[in-house]
Formats: sequence, C-alpha cells, structure tokens
Amino acid sequence: MAEFLSFRTGDAAQEPAVTVEAFTGQTNATAVRIEPGEDARDLLPHLDRLSLVEVNFPAFGDGRGYSAARILREAGYAGELRAVGDVLVDQLTAMRRCGFDAFKPNHPLDDAVVKASLERYDDVYQKTIDGRAPVWAKRHPETVNG
Amino acid sequence: MILLTGNDLASGDVIWWTGSGWSRHVGEAVDAGSEADAILARESAARNVNAGYSVEAEATASGPLPLHIKERIRASGPTVRADLAINTAIPIVRA
Amino acid sequence: MYRYDQYDQEIVDARVEEFRDQARRRLAGEMTEDQFKPLRLMNGLYLQLHAYMLRVAVPYGTMSGKQMRMLGHIARKYDKGYGHFTTRQNIQYNWIKLEDAADILAELATVEMHAIQTSGNCIRNISSDQYAGAAADEIADPRPWAELLRQWSTFHPEFTYLPRKFKIAVIASAEDRAAMRLHDIGIELVKRDGKVGAKFFVGGGMGRTPMIAPEIKDFVPEEELISYAEACLRVYNRYGRRDNKYKARIKILVHEIGADEYRRQVEEEFAHMKTLGIDPPVAELARIRTYFADPAYETGLSDAVDRSDPDFALWIDQNVVTHKQPGYAIVNISLKPVGGIPGDASADQIELIADLTERYSLDEVRVTHAQNIVLPYVKKADLYALWQQLDEAGLGAPNLGLITDMIACPGLDYCSLANARAIPVAQKIADRFADPARQRDLGELKLKISGCINACGHHHAGHIGILGVDRKGVENYQLLLGGSGAEDASIGTITGPGFGEDGIVDAIEKVTDLYVAERQEGERFLDTYRRLGMKPFKEAIYG
Repeated sequence: MAEFLSFRTGDAAQEPAVTVEAFTGQTNATAVRIEPGEDARDLLPHLDRLSLVEVNFPAFGDGRGYSAARILREAGYAGELRAVGDVLVDQLTAMRRCGFDAFKPNHPLDDAVVKASLERYDDVYQKTIDGRAPVWAKRHPETVNG
Repeated sequence: MILLTGNDLASGDVIWWTGSGWSRHVGEAVDAGSEADAILARESAARNVNAGYSVEAEATASGPLPLHIKERIRASGPTVRADLAINTAIPIVRA
Repeated sequence: MYRYDQYDQEIVDARVEEFRDQARRRLAGEMTEDQFKPLRLMNGLYLQLHAYMLRVAVPYGTMSGKQMRMLGHIARKYDKGYGHFTTRQNIQYNWIKLEDAADILAELATVEMHAIQTSGNCIRNISSDQYAGAAADEIADPRPWAELLRQWSTFHPEFTYLPRKFKIAVIASAEDRAAMRLHDIGIELVKRDGKVGAKFFVGGGMGRTPMIAPEIKDFVPEEELISYAEACLRVYNRYGRRDNKYKARIKILVHEIGADEYRRQVEEEFAHMKTLGIDPPVAELARIRTYFADPAYETGLSDAVDRSDPDFALWIDQNVVTHKQPGYAIVNISLKPVGGIPGDASADQIELIADLTERYSLDEVRVTHAQNIVLPYVKKADLYALWQQLDEAGLGAPNLGLITDMIACPGLDYCSLANARAIPVAQKIADRFADPARQRDLGELKLKISGCINACGHHHAGHIGILGVDRKGVENYQLLLGGSGAEDASIGTITGPGFGEDGIVDAIEKVTDLYVAERQEGERFLDTYRRLGMKPFKEAIYG
C-alpha cells in the first residue's frame, strides 16, 4: 500500500507547505498549499521560487483542484504538484492528466490497483499539458506535425 | 415500529430485515426497535445490505407496512406494472 | 452515422474493464458505497427505488438497427423485458443487477455503445435534433459537432467532478426541437459569411430554478469550438457554487454574476485557451462529417401517398413530417399509446423497430427528447407497409404533439427521488382525452409531468405542466400553464393550489375547455394562453 506516490525523478520536496496568504506575504517560502476556493492564478507571479504546490482535496467530489493544477502547468510551473487529501485511486488518471505528479492521499492506495488504473487507457481524446497525443492528433498526423 | 430496509448489494433487490436475515417480502420484516442503528452498521459492514436505512412502520392486518407511500411502493413494486409486482395486495395509500 | 475507429473502440473497451474492476472491488468490500457511488454513476448505474438502474447513452439520439436490436436484447436478457426512453434521448433499464452490469457494458461495446457519463457531475450525453440530417430547415447537420463534443467531453480530466451535472444540446435550425435553451450549454449552428459556426447559450435549465439560457457568444468558428467550450466549463468548474447542491448548476452562476460578467470571464479564459493548441484540426470535424453525409437516396421517387385507408391517413397527418429529400418522409413512432407508460417499449417492440429501421429507414433510427422514436429516412412508397407493422405492434398511435403525447418522468413508481407518481396521472389524462377527434381538435398541446421538483419530466416547459409534490405524505399535483421548450421558450406559471390525482385531470379539462371556447383562428393552446394570460384560466379552474 502506498502512502505517498511520486512520478518525479529525485526526492520529493520536504519543506512544509504554507497557505496562499502566508506565501504571498513572505519572500522566502518555496512550498504552498492551495485550498479549493483559492485562485491558483495568485501564484503565477511567484512560480520561479516555488518547488512544491500542494492542492488540497478536502472531499473527492470537489473538482476545483483539477483546474488549479492545469492553470499552474499551463503557466509553465515545473515543480512538484501534489494532490493531497481525499484522493482516490480512480481519480489518479485524471489528476495525472491535469499535471499532478505526486499524491499524498488520506488513505493509502493499493499499488496493484494504482498500476492498473494508470495503464488502463492507451488513448485520450483531449490535449492537456501531460504531453500525451490526443486521438485527433493520431488521426491527423499531417496537420499536427506539419 | 421501525423496519430496516435497503438493497441487496449484488442484485439490487429491495430487502427487509427479518431479525435473522433479509427478505424480499415486507411481510417478513420485524420491528428493529432501538437496535436499528447497530444492526444497520453491522449488516452494512458485512455487505449483507447496501444503502440500508430505517423506516417508520405500522402493524396491519396483513403484517407490518411502512407509513410512507415511497416505502410502500418499494415493498409492492411499481404500481403501473402489476405483472412485475412483489405483492399487489399492499395498500399504497395509507388507510 | 458515426462509426468508431480503433481509438474510439479501445477507449470504450477499456472503460468496460475499468468498470468491471470497480464493481468487483465494491462487491469484494474494497470500497464503501460512498466511494463506489460516484464511480457507478459516471457509468450510468443508479440505485433506484426497486433495483439498480442502468442508463445507456444514445449520443445525440442516433442509432443503427443493430444498435437498437442490442437494446432489445439487453432488455430481454438482463432486465424484465422492457426499457424506458428518456428525455435525454437515452434508454434506461429498471432492473439491473450489479453483478451483470459489466457484462451488459461489454455487450454494448460490441455495437459501439456505452453508458459513459450518463450520470454524475460531469458532461452528460450530448443531445440534438431528432430530425438532424433529414430536416428541410437545418443549415447543416448538427451531429458532427455533437460528436466532436462527445469525444472532447469523454473522460475530460478537468471536468469530471464539476459542481453539478452538465448538459449540452446542439441544433441547427431556427425551430428548436431539442429544448436547446433549457440546457447548461445550448448551441445553435448559424451561418456567417458562408461559414457555419456555433452560437452559444449558457445557463439554461429546469430543476427547481428554471432558467432560459442567455446568449453568451454569437459566433464561435469551428476551429475554436473546443477552446470556447473548455473556457465555459473552466469558469464554471472554478466558480460554480459547491456549498449548496440546489444552487450548483451553471444557471445559478450565470444568474448570480450576470450574463455579461460570465461572458467577460469566459472571454478572458478563451483568450488563454486559444494559446494552448487544444483544438482539433479542422480535418477532424471534416472526418467526422463524412460519416454524416447524406445516405444513398433513390431519386425520381413519387411523392404520392395513397390515403384511402382513413386510419393510415390520420397517422400520416399527425406523425409524418416533411423530409428534405423528395420521395422521402420522416416518421415519428409514438411511445404514448393511451393506457401505456410514456417512453416505455418492450423488447419485442424494440426489436421490431430495429427490423423496420433496417428495412425502411436506411438503417438509422432516432430517439427524441419527447420520448418517442423517429425513422428519419422512409420512402413515401413504404409508408403504408411500415404503418401496418407499427400499428399491429401497438406503435401506431397517431398523436404526435397532441395532449396524449405526454412527457412523463418515471416518478415514484421507479425513482427514489420522486415525491409523487407521474405515470398513473399520465394514464388518467390519456384516458380522459382518449377520443382521437377530440385530441386533434385541441391541436398541438405539450403536456409534461414531473414527479418531483428536479423536473426530469420538463414540467416547466409544458404548455401544460404538472408537478407532483409530497403534501404531508400524500401525493399532490400542481398545475402550470404557459411553458415552452421550443424556439419560443418560456417557463410555465403555477396556477394555484394543487390537486389530488383525479382533481388534476378535472383541472386540465377545465383549462382545455376554456381554450376551446376562447381560441381564435389558428391559435394553439399556448397562443391563447399567452393572449389571455393566467386570470381567466385560474377562474375556470378555481372559480
């Protein structure tokens, strides 16, 4: 059973994450935690000094964190993006596609189920920031690569 | 009186607590009284019932019946398909 | 119609195995019901009043004969021999076993069908005009756009846990046959400078707070469709209310911040989205469009129809619609026989429709949001033979658009959310107005019944609407007048205090009697109501 999952190379960031308010009010923190109601775009001016963004999911059904993750990745954030809280194994695929590369769920995840979930879909319909070629790009290699 | 009900996990059938197990017939249901919460917790954990809950009921000539129309329809089957009913004798509207 | 390629098939097949594993984990106790519920819902599996219910997607309501036949097979093998066609052009089965669900999905996948996102707080099945491709008044076939949106919305990673469910409709004619403006996003295809683009209406819906969607964008070119849709959804996902389930639909967000502010936020997000390269190339829509090219029509066919059988003539006049192609007609099969259950069809009937689809309709069939079936490509020369077979199977009711062609949700007979039964009320009304001549005299009259405030029976959009409520444990029915789900969309108004099951039928008769007495030449019920207002109707009902 996995209590922490990382898809990054190298060690996970260790610094405790501070709130968005605390983070934007000081100049030396490098780790921050976003709550569902907070605007990920508030972090965009500070991306160069961030090494960890934790996105909290107090309840698995609150999907705001998926948008937060994509917004950060779309703006070029390359540090660790960690989903924490009520993170369920059946959500990992979508979270990976939105740019999360680390997970710290409230309850440990079964490694075999994690592996099966992440490997299940060979193809995806949407282009996101995860670099996977969507089905339409495979169907039309000439227009996408040309 | 208090009846316990829910659905069979695998089949989805509506089931009622009989005191020793679960039946598809409300006529076999028993008053769970003050034990309701404990029985539901135990039976849910054992997956003998899915989405279980308790309902208020009354004893009638034809056996125990829930008070609310929704539960009576659950006990009888859809009122517009007598051919699929569990028990068409159940009065849907409370006397 | 659209056919899967290897990618579409792989994705649907993978989904079957994913669900098989999820169901296994639930049955084995590795997941609680709370954890499993959102997963099964995203595959259309509800726990309803009597059993599990499976809702199968019929994308934009279009199927082949083979697909239709599979629906009959599933009804026969896994259910109790029937299915229920819904207002989202889908079909649902009322008696499904969890242990069978994955096998059913596997069978569906063999005919390019699935139950993906037929429930849950995600983007639902895309609906469309049931006459698409055959209608004389459309500017383009809306279904290629709907298919592009279907693929985009399937397992969209950012929009799987929205504040609430999300429904999209696409139409392409001025006449709205899909209740487009009562959707979270309604898209009307329009032409500008010779190019087809999408006009976006956002924030419509029914439920407990009915709203007609305001126009948010007058023209989105096809090469930016996905960017714009994604912007609409992202603003909603981030700012839609999550504190109150009843205020979580996008209509509340658009209403609370205003259409102008919503539009501004979407434009800002859209400008950003356009930089990300997330739109498929135009070649993709062109590829999809080839599947919806006109079928191989025969030419030189006669438009003459022998009307000497009076029952057939009645059916023609009521249920058959003008086709864009000479010699062809659009046939509506009513699933509203007097005494029946609106939208229900037996396995035998479904299989017969599948046969007739192949024999008479160039292998294409549609489901309508009014819970009827359409054969879109019937040669006029075949109409009589087709009608005879329909009539023999109880599918020949000549009542399209009339008072007995009611929309009714399953109500308290099947639904765990319902407060009152809807089907028995529909049946009583149908009995009262059973006389075909009387129905035709009343003319177009859209009667819609919901068994609770969630409004699955579209009661807000009925010329006459009925809302079932629970009054101290007793079923009670409120009457609404003046709604419309068409291009003249409007929300019905409650007449006053509600009625019992018999009282509501009497009240409707008082309302229709007043209409007959007061109507002017050419007026439908709705027109007379709009001209006279509520007052005389209220007096007739309660006076």
